[in-house]
Amino acid sequence: MTRAFEKYLRPGVKGTPFCPGCGHGLLMNHLLRAIDELNIDMQKMLFVSGIGCAAWIPSPHFDGDTLHTLHGRAIPFATGAKLFNPDLCVMVVSGDGDLTSIGGNHLIHAARRNIDLKVICANNQIYGMTGGQAASTTPKGAKSSTTVTGNPYRPFDLSYLVKAAGATYVARYSVTQPIALIKAIKKAIQHVGFSFIEVLSPCPTQYGRRNLLDRAEDMIKDLIQRCILEEEALGLTEEERAEKIITGEFLK
Amino acid sequence: MPSKRIKTPFPKGTYYFSGNEAAAEGSLAAGCRFYAGYPITPSSELMERMAVRLKEVGGVFIQMEDEIASIGAVLGASWAGAKAMTATSGPGFSLMQESIGYAAFTETPCLIVDVQRAGPCTGQATRVGSGDIMQAKWGSHGDYQVIALSPWSVQEMYDLTVRAFNLSERFRVPAMLMADEAVGHLRENMSVQDEVEVWDRKKQKDGAPFGTDEEAGVPPMPVFGEGERLAVTGSTHDACGVRKTDDPEAHERLVQRINEKILKNRKEIIETEGYFLDDSEWAIVSYGFTARTSLYVVKGLRKENIKVGMLRLKTLWPFPEDEVKALGQKVKKIVVPEMNRGQVFGEVQKYCRCDVIPLCQTNGEVIHPEKIEELVRRTCR
Repeated sequence: MTRAFEKYLRPGVKGTPFCPGCGHGLLMNHLLRAIDELNIDMQKMLFVSGIGCAAWIPSPHFDGDTLHTLHGRAIPFATGAKLFNPDLCVMVVSGDGDLTSIGGNHLIHAARRNIDLKVICANNQIYGMTGGQAASTTPKGAKSSTTVTGNPYRPFDLSYLVKAAGATYVARYSVTQPIALIKAIKKAIQHVGFSFIEVLSPCPTQYGRRNLLDRAEDMIKDLIQRCILEEEALGLTEEERAEKIITGEFLK
Repeated sequence: MPSKRIKTPFPKGTYYFSGNEAAAEGSLAAGCRFYAGYPITPSSELMERMAVRLKEVGGVFIQMEDEIASIGAVLGASWAGAKAMTATSGPGFSLMQESIGYAAFTETPCLIVDVQRAGPCTGQATRVGSGDIMQAKWGSHGDYQVIALSPWSVQEMYDLTVRAFNLSERFRVPAMLMADEAVGHLRENMSVQDEVEVWDRKKQKDGAPFGTDEEAGVPPMPVFGEGERLAVTGSTHDACGVRKTDDPEAHERLVQRINEKILKNRKEIIETEGYFLDDSEWAIVSYGFTARTSLYVVKGLRKENIKVGMLRLKTLWPFPEDEVKALGQKVKKIVVPEMNRGQVFGEVQKYCRCDVIPLCQTNGEVIHPEKIEELVRRTCR
């Protein structure tokens, strides 16, 4: 965390609660940088989150209004607050399990309604807080505490799902692509309508250690190597593509 | 007391409303300007009226994707400053339970109207029941209190909706109107006055929103977007809203206060009505639609000089234990007729030494007077 951003943190916040090597601290930094560059008044921001590691990114750290809700329910709470007070800038920051599994129905319906919410989904492809169980985003074949011989099911492609549901701004970047990601967050904040950014964030503690990416830097290196832009994917074979994560703005 | 009289948004007069319509008008009179809901029989007319009327009075209406989302939107709107409500029936009420616990723990005012139908499960969607009384109190996990009222007429669907909103705002607690299909679909005359007395939540600049010096106090409630830098969480929290997930004292203090603020203020919350109780030797304890039938029976038996009276519970939670206890000391026997397997009977029994006799009916129909009369004649002598 850049010291200059400490002004955006609630007084008394001394550190993040995240494990060493977790990508959520980077995402926290990227979010605050976007807010700083847009010169947004934190007092007009409402950060809504669900349950899980990512839900702790804004709550209670960010020095605006923070609403830490129930597991999966961040979007309905955010919808109620935004509809009653349209002057609020409402940003939902939560994890993949929270927003897309237990809260999946709310996600697609909020996208369909195109209500002006900025949804940042920190996707670490696992249930981190509860001990590394498989999520709706865990890649096929990946090991977790509930798929010890490898996940038999396909994951959601979250960005395409939300795009198909009717969102009007959709992007996917990794925390290892800070410049593009910050730009996307800024766009989402300025966009009027439902915006969704899927942010790939490494979880060495629960995902990496079970999938031969033991060290934090292994996960970072892996993301750097695998995250490519749509145009870079054009020349690749089907097999080569399967190894990659396509990033970029899918709807702008 | 920061209550005030405000003008009602519907012209003064007598109307031939259904109970569900009356509850919708009552909520608007109380200042409700946010409704989120999901269609469910037998409560849907309430939502349909709100869809039209909220537009007319400049409020917000949204039909959500399910009942979990509905109560979520209600709680989000409440923190944004709205008097907010939803209405549902058994299956939807079940889905809302986790969020009701959230509302109790974060002290978020809101109103849930449960137009009860014959359960369990999908049961008989169009038929009557009152099987959600215990669920209203115990439906979410952990120890908490709610306020639940029981209307017996179309007029009370209006009046008690106003009262439920006021109590919810006054004590920062989820309030429930435990109606039933019979009262919800009943049509009869009711009157709307020019003004109603309403209570608005206490606001205080820079006040701690989740703690007071008093053990049973109600803290002020700020609103999002006013620079209060609110931290709201369903995890255990301190007076300022900061998570305290492993502090035993913080947990004890908070759980105690959200319970005590209701229990210590029973006198202000609880309302009951006594009929022919002065010289009664036997009594019926009744609530909701069944109380209409019970009163009819009592009046009939009184003509034969049978000394029977009735205590009607307008408040179900917190339970009117003092009133019921006093009745138990006065009469020889108490009959409790209800459209469930004895949910309130069990509570009455808890506070009475005298004989308490249940009359349970779970056939999706209202209890007929003959049935109550027969039981009273057989047992009360």
